Amino acid sequence: MRFQLTEDQRALRAGVRGLLAARFGRERLRATMDVADGPELDRGLWRELGDAGFFSLRLPEEAGGVGLGLPEAVLAFEEAGRVLLPGPLIATHLAAGEVPGAATGEAVVTGVDGGGVVEWLEAADVVRGDAAGALRMRSVDPLTPLHRAGEPDAGDRADVLLTSLLTAAEQLGTAARVGELAVQHARTREQFGRPIGAFQAVQHLCAGMLVRVEVARAAVYAAAVTVDPADIAAARLLADEAAVRGARDCLQVHGGMGFTWESDVQLYLKRAWVRARRPGAVTECEELLAAALLSEAL
Amino acid sequence: MDLADTPQEAEFRTRLREWLGRALPSLPAKPSPDDWPGRRAYDLGWQRTLYDAGYGEVHWGADPAVRMIFLEETEKAGAPYVGANFVGLLHAGPTVAAEGSDEQRARWLPPVLRGEEVWCQGFSEPDAGSDLAALRTRGRRDGDHYVVSGSKIWTSHAEVADWCELLVRTDPAAPKHRGITWLAMPMDAPGITVRPLRTLAGSNEFAEVFLDEVRVPVANRVGEENDGWRVTMVTLSFERGTAFVGEVVACRRVLGELALAARENGRWDDPVLRRRLGRLNAEFRALWRLTQWNVSEASEGVPGVGGSVFKLRYSHARQELYEAAAEVLGGEGGTALDLEQPWLLDRLSSLSYTIAAGTSQIQHSIVAERVLGLPKGR
Ligand SMILES: Cc1cc2nc3c(=O)[nH]c(=O)nc-3n(C[C@H](O)[C@H](O)[C@H](O)COP(=O)(O)OP(=O)(O)OC[C@H]3O[C@@H](n4cnc5c(N)ncnc54)[C@H](O)[C@@H]3O)c2cc1C
Repeated sequence: MRFQLTEDQRALRAGVRGLLAARFGRERLRATMDVADGPELDRGLWRELGDAGFFSLRLPEEAGGVGLGLPEAVLAFEEAGRVLLPGPLIATHLAAGEVPGAATGEAVVTGVDGGGVVEWLEAADVVRGDAAGALRMRSVDPLTPLHRAGEPDAGDRADVLLTSLLTAAEQLGTAARVGELAVQHARTREQFGRPIGAFQAVQHLCAGMLVRVEVARAAVYAAAVTVDPADIAAARLLADEAAVRGARDCLQVHGGMGFTWESDVQLYLKRAWVRARRPGAVTECEELLAAALLSEAL
Repeated sequence: MDLADTPQEAEFRTRLREWLGRALPSLPAKPSPDDWPGRRAYDLGWQRTLYDAGYGEVHWGADPAVRMIFLEETEKAGAPYVGANFVGLLHAGPTVAAEGSDEQRARWLPPVLRGEEVWCQGFSEPDAGSDLAALRTRGRRDGDHYVVSGSKIWTSHAEVADWCELLVRTDPAAPKHRGITWLAMPMDAPGITVRPLRTLAGSNEFAEVFLDEVRVPVANRVGEENDGWRVTMVTLSFERGTAFVGEVVACRRVLGELALAARENGRWDDPVLRRRLGRLNAEFRALWRLTQWNVSEASEGVPGVGGSVFKLRYSHARQELYEAAAEVLGGEGGTALDLEQPWLLDRLSSLSYTIAAGTSQIQHSIVAERVLGLPKGR
């Protein structure tokens, strides 16, 4: 047992982080959201992600893919979550090899999820599931347009599991990032003549964030290795919690500044909320894990 | 990222499993929790059995992954807990192994491994708990002895211990972290009085220890005089870092038993309770994965953020587990003190988890300052 990233996995993570830093920095993020009729998907970036193998990561090399596994996909999606990369990333990733153009980033693929919600409907070339007559909702996240479709799509069981796991990976990235932002702010912002990070109440908020991230990270990575439904449910629960609570605590550490539109903290929280409602949300995970207790104990 | 056993690990696991299958049925009956001499004999007997079978040294074994397999398999099989050997095996022993001289290792380690001697930990004092470096128990040098006077408190297993890892102040004039020395004190030395303290669970797990001019040979000092704080950090890193690993497996077992009990008595039909157990399943699965992560990191030679992060989350999860147990028992379950019902006693003892070995507040501060690098707080 050697439950640590391999050299190749570290290199992959660094590569994705580098690419995203270069192509999707803060200015790009703000430009994407400050569009009158909602955010626009950056097709150029989508192609670059395709070229970098983001969507074809798990496709066999014979099929033109990168031939890697779920642990690597989880690392890539964690990086996407760190920078709030917008777009129907998971649906397109899952469609690679099935929908022409998905693997290379030429096609944008979205899907009706189990809650009957579609992300990025208008930007998509292909929609999986029945989105006829879908109605636009006002999305809480300025970077994720949402539609409500009439009929919820139960979805392919394997796809639901993978969606939940990759969602957990994105949440993990967000949780880790908001923890860093809180610590950075706590080190520099001064009140009462000292950095606020010297106050225990602030210290303990930050420490709590780190603890949630570390626990979620272990769960998410392990689920990527075992692909066991109960492990995935555990990972999802803990990663959702780490992201949502982490973003809230980060906002608290930022004080009044955190409550402004200018601050990015709100974006982390709002995206965490949008992801947390995807299929395999709290109730479903808890019920699955409860049932697992009985079958494991027997 | 690999969670599978290596061939050597798998071989160790199979061999251990087979041995446990043979060894456990012939164990004597467990003594009552109040019978300390009986518990001491039982715990030492189990350690001796392990030693004779070649597993005595596993807690100090070079490979942390093997130690984890040992803890996982023994706990799954329902083998006895370290019990009275906790301090000797899990932190005094490892400290002596890391910081002691060859003579000290030869004197103290084999009896711990063979199940012959029990250790206790004399760190806390009435006025030095979280602020451990405020300790005042004096160790005055007199020739080749330290003459020790003062008192210690919350000393687990003091009643049945042969040795005490003791912190004393040897230089009262020095800044408070600098004048401390780490000694191994024989518990039968004249001048030691042990007064058991009753815990909120009704048991006497720990005691107050009064020290009146107790003579401890200078040869029993581990590390240099006045360098005891550094040695203490070594002890605490073992105490927080590795000592709770097996207990996560135990919690997972209890959780499974709780689910079955809830199905028996109909409480399972309550979705709130059921979901609460589901969430605890997530919690303990994740804590087990975190343990595996930390252990893999340690075996790469990098000391991780593991200890305090793990201890914080684990101690709260464990309390939640026993809160849920009281819910499962339902009705009078949480209030009637049925001593035959181990979950209720465990619920009481779990209250110590956020206090012992450093409180949750102290762990939060350690994470904030030493891991996250936030400025030192007040
Ligand atoms: C079951 C059990 C077994 C134990 N066994 C042993 C043993 O074998 N040997 C031994 O030496 N000790 C032992 N201890 C003692 C244990 O290490 C101490 O109880 C612990 O370190 C806390 O110290 P205290 O009890 O003096 O509480 P205090 O330090 O008085 O703390 C009281 C409260 O104040 C909070 N607090 C204190 N300082 C701060 C701060 N700076 N910032 C924020 N909050 C703070 C604490 O978190 C706590 O909530 C045991 C304790 C228990 C409960």
